[in-house]
Amino acid sequence: MKVVVAMSGGVDSSVAAAMMVEAGYDVIGVTLKQWEDADGHLPTAGCCTVGDAEDARRVAAQLNIPYYVLDYVEEFRRAVVEPFGHSYLAGQTPNPWVECNRTVRFKALLERTAELGGDVLSTGHYARVAWHPSGYQLKRGIDSGKDQSYVLYMLTQQQLERIRLPIGELTKPQVRAYATRLGLRTANKPDSQEICFVGDGNYRDFLAEHFPETSRPGRIVDATGRQVGSHDGTSGFTIGQRRGLGVALQEPRYVVDIDAPTSTIVIGDRDDLLVKGCIVRDMSFVTGRPPLETAIQVKVRYRSRPVAAQMVAVDSGWQVDFDDPQAAVAPGQAAVLYHRDLVIGGGTISSALR
Amino acid sequence: MLYLDHAATTPMRPEAWEALSEFKEVYGNPSGVHATSRAAKNRLEVARELAADLLGAQRTSEIVFTAGGTEADNLAVVGAALATGSPGHVVVSAVEHKAVLESAGFVDRLGGHATVVPVDGDGLVDPAVVAASVNPDTTVVSVMTANNETGTLQPVAEVAEAVRAVNPATLVHTDAVQAFISEPVKVDALGVDLLSLAGHKFGGPKGVGLLYVRDGVRLEPVVHGGSQEMGRRAGTHNPMGIASMVAAMKATVADRAAFRRRVADVRDTFEADLAAAVPGLAVNGSLDRRLVQHSHLGFPGHTSETLLIRFDQAGLAAAAGSACQSGAVEVSHVLAAMGMGETEAAEAVRFSFGWTSQPSDAKVAAKIVTEVLGVLA
Repeated sequence: MKVVVAMSGGVDSSVAAAMMVEAGYDVIGVTLKQWEDADGHLPTAGCCTVGDAEDARRVAAQLNIPYYVLDYVEEFRRAVVEPFGHSYLAGQTPNPWVECNRTVRFKALLERTAELGGDVLSTGHYARVAWHPSGYQLKRGIDSGKDQSYVLYMLTQQQLERIRLPIGELTKPQVRAYATRLGLRTANKPDSQEICFVGDGNYRDFLAEHFPETSRPGRIVDATGRQVGSHDGTSGFTIGQRRGLGVALQEPRYVVDIDAPTSTIVIGDRDDLLVKGCIVRDMSFVTGRPPLETAIQVKVRYRSRPVAAQMVAVDSGWQVDFDDPQAAVAPGQAAVLYHRDLVIGGGTISSALR
Repeated sequence: MLYLDHAATTPMRPEAWEALSEFKEVYGNPSGVHATSRAAKNRLEVARELAADLLGAQRTSEIVFTAGGTEADNLAVVGAALATGSPGHVVVSAVEHKAVLESAGFVDRLGGHATVVPVDGDGLVDPAVVAASVNPDTTVVSVMTANNETGTLQPVAEVAEAVRAVNPATLVHTDAVQAFISEPVKVDALGVDLLSLAGHKFGGPKGVGLLYVRDGVRLEPVVHGGSQEMGRRAGTHNPMGIASMVAAMKATVADRAAFRRRVADVRDTFEADLAAAVPGLAVNGSLDRRLVQHSHLGFPGHTSETLLIRFDQAGLAAAAGSACQSGAVEVSHVLAAMGMGETEAAEAVRFSFGWTSQPSDAKVAAKIVTEVLGVLA
């Protein structure tokens, strides 16, 4: 069995590759070139740098597996970077990792896997794929603090059949210990939370340069429409944001709405932030069909806990009603449905329901 | 591994290895007054004499040793452009190696001016077009002897003649790095003032090369420091690398006629076998004017990135475009200059044969390529 392992140069995918080697697979390591600097080379700062590719190459050499860099710059630009900008242009808060997994890693690269002679694709995500008589299941990673199943909700049966996520069975400390045991150079490498195309700069600088419309000055208003301040671009804001509003008020204030067409930020107190539910578009289900049980748990941000909710099909997608009102529900983010450890599916939040 | 990437680099010849052996004892810095230095200096100058002879140079002082072909190209283009005191005008072909193209760009950034001359669909420059871009300020024209990707041979002698007819003071440089192993590279026949070689392309070691500089030509050094190489290239000499490279030069010239027959045979058999098996197979670059060792092929419907990985898995080493820092394949500026679209350019693979190629390699390589294409179909 031949496996293509997507190696970013971090410890997680290094260990994923090592585990596949130890499991007896015939392993090919690849790094995706997703973004390039103006000179056509991999970035030198931020994430997905030349140094990261070099780390991946060295780990591959140590594991004695072939290693290649694959050019996905055009696909990535089209499928991830442009939607990222357009989402901000619409006043939303995109999740580029979800889009990258949807269109690049688990679509383009998965299709490519067979072309390269691979039977399956493996990545260093903290999530698990399990076989069950009813079909393949996508489950949260063992390490609840590192779980990345949220960014994998779009995976289908056809994809899961050909995906191996070995480190989902480990905790982060176990992953590092594994790397240390093998003497992998990435064993103590810090985790990267960066967006590769933003580099080590601020993502707002990136938007200002590539999508200048997101950096139009505008007004900050309260719930009554009264102007309480001004800002230099809606891209600096996300629903639920409290810091950096540049407005001096006695009570804590939060961003409760972003109106991109008029470049207006609406702020309010914590109660104004609470919403009863949301509308989710482009919903996909891991089993390929909606669950029979309408009581589910939903996670509306990468860094938030799943909360109890009810779901029902509506004309514009699916309506998710939270059992208890939730704060910080941002259009553009993914709403991912769980049943305990199982990922049921998910989609993109198109609007919040007050 | 069946190695068909000799254009990237080729194994060192036995003569080159042999030349290295005495340098365990001959460790001196040639620029000294004592016996240890003299021993090294002697090896260096013997090598220089032989190199000059093999290139048909008039004087040994016309050979400047460098740390490779890229440095030789930089010294030729930048050194010539700056020698007049202010960066002048340089003319290069669009299919030059990056070492020449980027040097021309550097001259441009220094306040000079660079003209890039186009090529036709076969990758050939027209001497008349080159000459037409020469003006009274043109310090140097650089047109390669043969292209490193397609193997297309340029009409260098005709270019030199046409250029001098317009401006006799303009220097003519040729990058002969890729051609030397199989073409009769002589400076007078080519009519050039400057000529670059890289040791590792013809069976010498990496990191050593030379620039032929016609007697009387003034160059501003690009590597500054000591007065080695008559002030044209600073830095302690590499006698071991130089002796080894020149030993490879000698072996190359002695083997050249046989190399041409042998390798042309292997290459032609390989192409004939593939043409029979692969519908729509394209051969890129000029078919009439081509290095015997190059086979630059287009595989419609397949990307070279995938093909190279598949070939590697199957034990066949080939190349495409030029590898960048990360190792990803970049779209070739050479193919773009030939008017090839991005899709077509991304389907191109370079197979290059060398002095170690065996007659049986043709059939084996064609079989691997055909099998990979069969699996991908």
